[in-house]
Amino acid sequence: MSTPVDTADTTVERSPDQPAGFLGRSARRWGLLGLGLVVAVALPWFVYPPVAIDIICWALFAVALDLLLGYAGLLSFGHAAFWGGSAYVAGLVSIELGLPFPVAALVGALFAMALALPIGLLSAKRSGIYFAMVTLAFAQMLFFIVNQWRGLTGGENGLQSVPVNFFGIEAVEDEAFYFYYAALPIIVAGMWFAWRVVHSPFGRVLVATRDNPARARALGYDVERYRVAVFVISAGLAGLAGGLFAISHGFVSLQEVAWQTSGKVVLITVLGGIGTLWGGIIGAAIIVLLEDYLATSGFDGIGIITGSIFILIVLLFRRGVWGTFSDLVLHRGRRRTDEPGRRRRGGVRPVPYRRRSRSIPDRSR
Amino acid sequence: MNEILQYTVQGLAAGSFYALAALGLAVIFGVLGVVNFAHGAVYMLGAVTAAVLLDTLGVNFWLALIVVPVLLFIFGVLLERVFISRLIALDPLYNFLLTFGLTLLLVDLVKRQYGVSGLPYTRPEMLSGQLQVGEIRLPTFQVFVLVFSVLVCLAVWLLLTRTKIGMIVRASTEKAELTRALGVDVNKWVTPVFGFGIALAGLAGVLAAPFRAITADMGSSFIIILFAVVVIGGLGSILGAVVAGFLVGLVEVFGQAYAPALSQIVIFILMALVILLRPAGLFGKEEHA
Repeated sequence: MSTPVDTADTTVERSPDQPAGFLGRSARRWGLLGLGLVVAVALPWFVYPPVAIDIICWALFAVALDLLLGYAGLLSFGHAAFWGGSAYVAGLVSIELGLPFPVAALVGALFAMALALPIGLLSAKRSGIYFAMVTLAFAQMLFFIVNQWRGLTGGENGLQSVPVNFFGIEAVEDEAFYFYYAALPIIVAGMWFAWRVVHSPFGRVLVATRDNPARARALGYDVERYRVAVFVISAGLAGLAGGLFAISHGFVSLQEVAWQTSGKVVLITVLGGIGTLWGGIIGAAIIVLLEDYLATSGFDGIGIITGSIFILIVLLFRRGVWGTFSDLVLHRGRRRTDEPGRRRRGGVRPVPYRRRSRSIPDRSR
Repeated sequence: MNEILQYTVQGLAAGSFYALAALGLAVIFGVLGVVNFAHGAVYMLGAVTAAVLLDTLGVNFWLALIVVPVLLFIFGVLLERVFISRLIALDPLYNFLLTFGLTLLLVDLVKRQYGVSGLPYTRPEMLSGQLQVGEIRLPTFQVFVLVFSVLVCLAVWLLLTRTKIGMIVRASTEKAELTRALGVDVNKWVTPVFGFGIALAGLAGVLAAPFRAITADMGSSFIIILFAVVVIGGLGSILGAVVAGFLVGLVEVFGQAYAPALSQIVIFILMALVILLRPAGLFGKEEHA
């Protein structure tokens, strides 16, 4: 990652509380929030309830990843470890102890956080692309452990018949439609927590460490500790989502800890828009619905579609669906600079890619 | 004793795939600053292309060792011109994401075209027996793979250290801005170097064709181990990539022999240890990030 010496656009300008171009800031925020909640509550009436559950679980997963990618500038390519690790723990806890599913998911999330601490401590020594590779490798380590430890995890068969326990309320335990409404508050609470983190002083420091680690360090912030902290928080939220996902499906498969799952959540986040939180929700809805559609239509090359989407997004719409929408409608004409991946150096504006500048990255600094 | 020697050769042979591919990855990263996630998919393409050429045109293994890397070089050049070049001014993250998308696309395209069951490949007769050295018997193919890839690595090493192209590549790996300031047109070398790195990964794929299962998914665990190799060796270090490649091959084979339950995990334990003790990797330089 480049280490900008100084940037023309300061952290404050990029903070989420910038004045709006469309309606008042707070009116817009409450409006969006209300609309979002209405859509969330109405969702299982419009889509098949199990698909609706998948959407909200992946949405929280993507929001958790965006906390790390969008606000701390760290691309974790191993988040399946936390989603899947929690899925296994939540599944095992449900099978063995018969705990109510919100408790089981919480136990899974705590496990994910415990897992994230050592991984985070080791990975935070590195940033940028190195961070992605290291997290990916650690996640793969968990994959092999899960695959190998057949007695506990069922190996390639996964965990079968995970029960849904919800205080003996049969409607929730038996029907996805009601399960959705039992799970939704947990998901919303997770998202609210992510939002709180972003809009807290902690979140501001995170953005500072993302934009200018050297300056943040000079101001006395322990950049590495902030990175580890957000990594653990992100893992906990990913774990919460993964636990709910596993319980709702009634089984846990090896797929949940595979690197393709890590890739999928990155795709969802990037498609929705990095650094927007809302984007993760939109991205999850698009990808889950698309996959459901492709699966039911008998198309067996989902990767061809998702891979192409990925390439197009990265080439043409790096701000993602929500980012682009927000630029065009919500902040008309405003030049947004919170694209975390943008290479900023010494206050010089990044070269627009249309110019096809062949500037070669200088990593020597 | 014999056993250990046997495993050593086997491990080095397994490591030569990693070494060749990691070398390509390191050269690409050095000159373009791109971490190519599609490297595993390219390795797979190398093996699949070799199998398809054998099946349709009767191109044998020896010819494939030349033809396939050339084809993949062209593929790499196209890839660089069409996609990578558009993102080079941006954060390396975007190229990583792009090549990830490309991997999904390539793997599923191959899966749709050739199915999931794997393509057949007949081992060339010359390489199918065993070599008797003293009291030790070694599979000829493994010895060939080992010798061949050491030769390729040496050739690349000579290319990098003894030629003007190599000098430019190494200089731009070290200090791109300074190299440019000295009047060297670094940009001219970006596309061919990318193609060259891709060709090396494809070459590893051709070598793997006769004795690994040729499936669309063969690159998916390969790329992960390749990343572990690169982290161990130090990203951007060409020597590190080769040494760590062989090292990981040894660790893998000895792990399989003496701790089968842990065989796939030992590589990552090694990686974790390296990160703990030398965050920049065995041969990497401390990065000021």
